[in-house]
Amino acid sequence: MNSAVRELTYSQAIQEAMAIALESDPRVFLMGEDIGVYGGAFQVTGDLVERFGSERVIDMPISELGGAGLAVGAAMTGMRPIFEFQFSDFATLAMEQIVNQAAKMRFMLGGEVSVPLVMRFPAGSGTGAAAQHSQSLEAWLAHVPGLKVIQPATPHDAKGLLLAAVQDPDPVMIFEHKLLYKVKGPVPEGHYTVPIGKAEIRRMGRDATIVATSIMVQKSLEAAEILQTEGIDVEIVDLRTIRPIDRETVINSVKKTTRLLCVYEAVKTLGIGAEISAMVAESEAFDYLDAPIMRLGGADSPIPYNPELEKSVVPQVPDIVAGIRNLVQGRR
Amino acid sequence: MKNESKSKAKSEPANVPFAFRAYSPEQLRDVLRKMYLIRRFEEGAEDSYTRGLIHGTMHLSIGQEASALGICMPLKSDDQITSTHRGHGHCIAKGAQVDRMFAEFFGKTTGYCKGRGGSMHIADVSQGNLGANGIVAGGIPIAVGAALSAKMQKNGKVVICFFGDGANNEGAFHESLNMASIWKLPVVFVCENNGYGMSTSTARSTAVANIADRAAGYSMPGVIVDGNNFSAVAEASSAAIERARRGEGPTLIESKTYRHRGHSKSDRNRYRTKEEIDEWKELRDPIALFESELRQFGILNDAGIEEVRASVEKEIADAIQFAKDSPMPNTGAALDYVYTELPQ
Repeated sequence: MNSAVRELTYSQAIQEAMAIALESDPRVFLMGEDIGVYGGAFQVTGDLVERFGSERVIDMPISELGGAGLAVGAAMTGMRPIFEFQFSDFATLAMEQIVNQAAKMRFMLGGEVSVPLVMRFPAGSGTGAAAQHSQSLEAWLAHVPGLKVIQPATPHDAKGLLLAAVQDPDPVMIFEHKLLYKVKGPVPEGHYTVPIGKAEIRRMGRDATIVATSIMVQKSLEAAEILQTEGIDVEIVDLRTIRPIDRETVINSVKKTTRLLCVYEAVKTLGIGAEISAMVAESEAFDYLDAPIMRLGGADSPIPYNPELEKSVVPQVPDIVAGIRNLVQGRR
Repeated sequence: MKNESKSKAKSEPANVPFAFRAYSPEQLRDVLRKMYLIRRFEEGAEDSYTRGLIHGTMHLSIGQEASALGICMPLKSDDQITSTHRGHGHCIAKGAQVDRMFAEFFGKTTGYCKGRGGSMHIADVSQGNLGANGIVAGGIPIAVGAALSAKMQKNGKVVICFFGDGANNEGAFHESLNMASIWKLPVVFVCENNGYGMSTSTARSTAVANIADRAAGYSMPGVIVDGNNFSAVAEASSAAIERARRGEGPTLIESKTYRHRGHSKSDRNRYRTKEEIDEWKELRDPIALFESELRQFGILNDAGIEEVRASVEKEIADAIQFAKDSPMPNTGAALDYVYTELPQ
């Protein structure tokens, strides 16, 4: 396929994935707030309502709890809903249905039903939307057995992971960083999937491993270029799925580089970096470590409005550069 | 349950109750059988709990049997229901087998949920029961989602959404009724109002006099029925189901009833009087009321009723034995069904 040269934005890639799913599977429908003629708060659904009609691209009332429950019920009875939260923060309004119902229904009923539900969460800071529209709550949902949680970092993965999620028999939660929506990258034409539960090594390196998620993958790649000029060669693992975690890829990378820095935007305390750190510390990779495991994550603070304050509470490229320098040269 | 009309209906006077015009003697006899099945099932579960054969807790619907059966009577077998923590009656009314229900309560692999759900998550998906629910109002949006499925798939199914009076003050109730109404979904909301959300009476918890009054806020019919009168419930359910099947949208039925037992096994009944409980038991018991109608309209005599009771006693005893004899799940399989395929 002559696809390597075509570039789409992350947002266009998601829209293309949804269009393919709607075209190829009559069970698929979209549901969310202002996803019809408005095109979605971030224009991700765009003109899909014109192509597929308002019965398959459903504008719902501002009723996140009820809407999420409708999606659960539809998924249990033969449909494949793709449910859009306008902002990931609004998951808080629907936690009952996500945590108590979607995640547990198959288990509680002894495997007699499945819940093939996809939920999309525009997440993250950097848009000046302040404390209630900027959170990264993926670890909340990743703490719940029964859910799968993914964080695509590139347009290619945004499309392929969404198409994998639509095929998946279990509920899949997709956290999309809002600042990635306009980022461009190569996206193959047509249908393809990226496997849920598999990390990707974005950059090979010898001296230290960064395990990053979502927008922190791009920031880590920028940091790696700077570090390269200093003779430090960083390996970058894009986790892509935070439940289930690709243990093997992370542990093999740490065994090779002997150093680990976890980088994520969500609040550092009790977050995905803590899980990765503990997982490595409990594994055979522990014996290979030449430095303490370190984490860079969000401050123990709500996201502030002021743009400089906003940047200061999530990891930035210079923080990553400094973090790796400390890991590699710390003992000098 | 079958819902063919009884052939001799035309010859009977109009003041004969709906059920005795609409259903055959065989169907009515089966309704009585299922009323007893629900009651004896719950008494058997209570007894097994006391003997330590069932752990956890359970919420008994003794006193509410006519409501479950009347609502489910007009349903086709592939129509669907969502149920509540007080859902044993709904499950039996929708066609579940009591042996597999007991097995579930006993935590056995032969149970409907293979011992993973217990009383609060009892389900029989093969009969269209999408499950009881441990969260008050948790099943309401799920029922509406199933109705959305039915509409999108054009399969003609109707969904019954059971919930208690306590659920009418949850946000999920209001969001769900609104969406069902704006999209005219084939769902019937059934509030079994037994007067108390755990210990809090509807008078103390709810701003409207009747739960059915909420329907006006969502532009749908709100119907109040005597939930202890099988025929009245079946008549209201029948009209609401037909309306839903015609594509005219949802109905809210408030079935006023009473639970003889406490909320759950921890209840000491401090919030209601013995006189109140006794009045419902002695004067308004749904089974006694239905039996007197069966005699009055010549469907069953005392001997016929006794025969039904005896057959149920045997079915319950056999079902408990089946549950006792069934195997426990292997603890090594505790993670089964968390995912369709376990993550690597």
